[in-house]
Amino acid sequence: MHPDLVLLLNGVVSGLLLGGLYAIAASGLAISFGMLDIVNIAHPALMVASAFAVVAVGTWLGLDPLLVAVLLAPLFYVLGTGIYAAYHHFFERRGDEALQGLAFFFGIMFIVEVGLVMAFGPEQRFLDPPYAFVTWRLGEIDVPLRMLVPLLLAAVVVGSLLLWLRSSFTGLAIAAVAQDAEALRLMAVDPVRVKRLAFGISVALGAVAGGALVVVQPVEPTSGQIFIGRVFAICIMGGMGSLPGCVAAALLFGVVENVTASFAGPSWSPAVAFGWLLLVLAVRPQGLFGRTA
Amino acid sequence: MAITTRRDLGRLAIGAAAGGAAGVFPASAQGANPLRIGFAMALSGGLAGNGRATLLAYQIWAAEVNARGGILGRPVQLVFYDDQTTPGLVPGIYTKLMDVDRVDLVTSPYATAMIAPSMPVVMQRNMCFVTLFGAGVNEAFKYDRHFNMNITGDNMKETYAKGYFDVAAKLPTPPRSAAILAVDNEFAQKAAESARFHARQRGLRVVYDRSYPPTTVDFTPTVRAIQSARPDVAFIASYPPDSSGILRAASELRFAPPLFGGGMIGPQLAAFQAQFGPILNNLVNWDVYSPEPTMNFPGVAEFQEKYRAQAQREQTDVLGNYIPPYAYAQMQVLEQSLQRVGRVDQAALAADMHAQEFDTIVGKFRFSASGEWAEPRNLFVQFQNIRDGDLEKYKRPGTKVILAPETLKSGELRAPYGPAGA
Repeated sequence: MHPDLVLLLNGVVSGLLLGGLYAIAASGLAISFGMLDIVNIAHPALMVASAFAVVAVGTWLGLDPLLVAVLLAPLFYVLGTGIYAAYHHFFERRGDEALQGLAFFFGIMFIVEVGLVMAFGPEQRFLDPPYAFVTWRLGEIDVPLRMLVPLLLAAVVVGSLLLWLRSSFTGLAIAAVAQDAEALRLMAVDPVRVKRLAFGISVALGAVAGGALVVVQPVEPTSGQIFIGRVFAICIMGGMGSLPGCVAAALLFGVVENVTASFAGPSWSPAVAFGWLLLVLAVRPQGLFGRTA
Repeated sequence: MAITTRRDLGRLAIGAAAGGAAGVFPASAQGANPLRIGFAMALSGGLAGNGRATLLAYQIWAAEVNARGGILGRPVQLVFYDDQTTPGLVPGIYTKLMDVDRVDLVTSPYATAMIAPSMPVVMQRNMCFVTLFGAGVNEAFKYDRHFNMNITGDNMKETYAKGYFDVAAKLPTPPRSAAILAVDNEFAQKAAESARFHARQRGLRVVYDRSYPPTTVDFTPTVRAIQSARPDVAFIASYPPDSSGILRAASELRFAPPLFGGGMIGPQLAAFQAQFGPILNNLVNWDVYSPEPTMNFPGVAEFQEKYRAQAQREQTDVLGNYIPPYAYAQMQVLEQSLQRVGRVDQAALAADMHAQEFDTIVGKFRFSASGEWAEPRNLFVQFQNIRDGDLEKYKRPGTKVILAPETLKSGELRAPYGPAGA
């Protein structure tokens, strides 16, 4: 096979694998930012906090990091409901969610980062599962399992969530609160309670993403900062509130980054990837799967 | 009209006598005053790993000095603030240290990105300034009271990568091509520039020469692109998170050039060595210290013993084989200069530092006119005989074998990189 074709194929495959990590990282934000209009800039920091918890608990119990992340997700759900309760009490119910709310989440981000440094120190932490050093070779294509497994996890988690959102009463209520909270109130459903539940789910998804992050790379307290721009861009590119759109955008983002890195060099990757965001929005302002107003 | 009474004259006389006595007996007036050394240090943020290790080394030095009675009869006191690895905070911190805290001496934050913003503030106040691991910071400032604890020396372009390409020349098959990859930051770009210089000087064809942003997550396509260019020598200049990704990708893609490594920051650190274990085998990389017999300087073993006893509790690098010995030596420079000069006089200290040789736990050295080490000492070590992530072996010779410079060489090159060459 021609070397350039091999590079292209591997760029696409590795991009899809990378997109899986982006998808699980952005899926929580698709709920909090996409559906609830809450600019939770602390989402990547909470993901890293989960990663540290996964390393600590996984090392202590000798368990797979992804399994530990799923087991810790309920705790992060509770944390998420608490964060939303504070946000609603101090900002949202007063109509101050725009700027002051953003500052609130910035504060949470810094508190989480510094808290992790104080609790764990600034060193990199890692917890490698047995498959972390295994690579499947499919002809000329390499598939490292440390990237494949998070992609599969993203598929299972996001797929399950999508099914639940579309088929359960609470899931439909979450979609409804994104459309019209007042109309939901008229149907005797408390929109604040629904939002609290949804925000808790978004943080729980972030916790699962933290486990995926541990499988992919070592983590340090500031690891979340490189994901901030990406996860928000992916949510917007996919269409606000659309989980399928979020996944599609994440995969596209990963492919564009990696194919660019293969042929033009990695310094072009961010520019080209974010350029695709602008292109998508120019053609479809509502995002790939978003609905027009 | 104010009337001067005899009581006023008496008070004036007592005041003059007290002031005169302070001038005649300065030691007794200052004896209770600590010698305050102020600095900013990365205790959080991206550089905190080395920042906290540096602080521990300083604290060990201060405790030892105070146990010996201090410097010039005064106990040493460290006054420091967390710069959070945020360059924008540094000028404010140094302004506070000098104008509000009124420290006697200042030393730098850790690393180029944090040292550079401190320079204008320090220069305005004409302070003698010993810095830690800057890279070419004084090239633009040309401050004559700047002294840098870094083995790179002057003219990093010609000196940094020389050892790496000297090692490459000893490959069983003479190398003909080189690949260069560097993160977009000042230190790595200078390292890459040096690699480029030496590759061209030795007639190697540069088959890949790219940079990458620090936010890069996946290095698989980049390493694959390098692999497809089939270089004999691969020079990487990266920081710890990226070094992890690059080595992991190289392992997954079975990228095994005859010579691999360069200026990767990360393999010097204990957490990295614990995680990567045998993946490090035959990596040839820039370093500053290795516990080889050729680097057994007086005092370094004792320092490392003290450091390692406290490192776990302080949540810093548990081995202390990278920055800590140089941080301790930085304070030894201040100490030795103060002892010779005999007073806290910024100009006199700077003149002494330019003129004299220093004997520290990282060996003897002098400063050049620009304040860099007069004789650069860029080590290139090769990781050998690694079977697991156990860290005990990194305390002993034989694991990080020094291949360059010749004066400190402690072993022979093994090729190629990777399991095939182990």
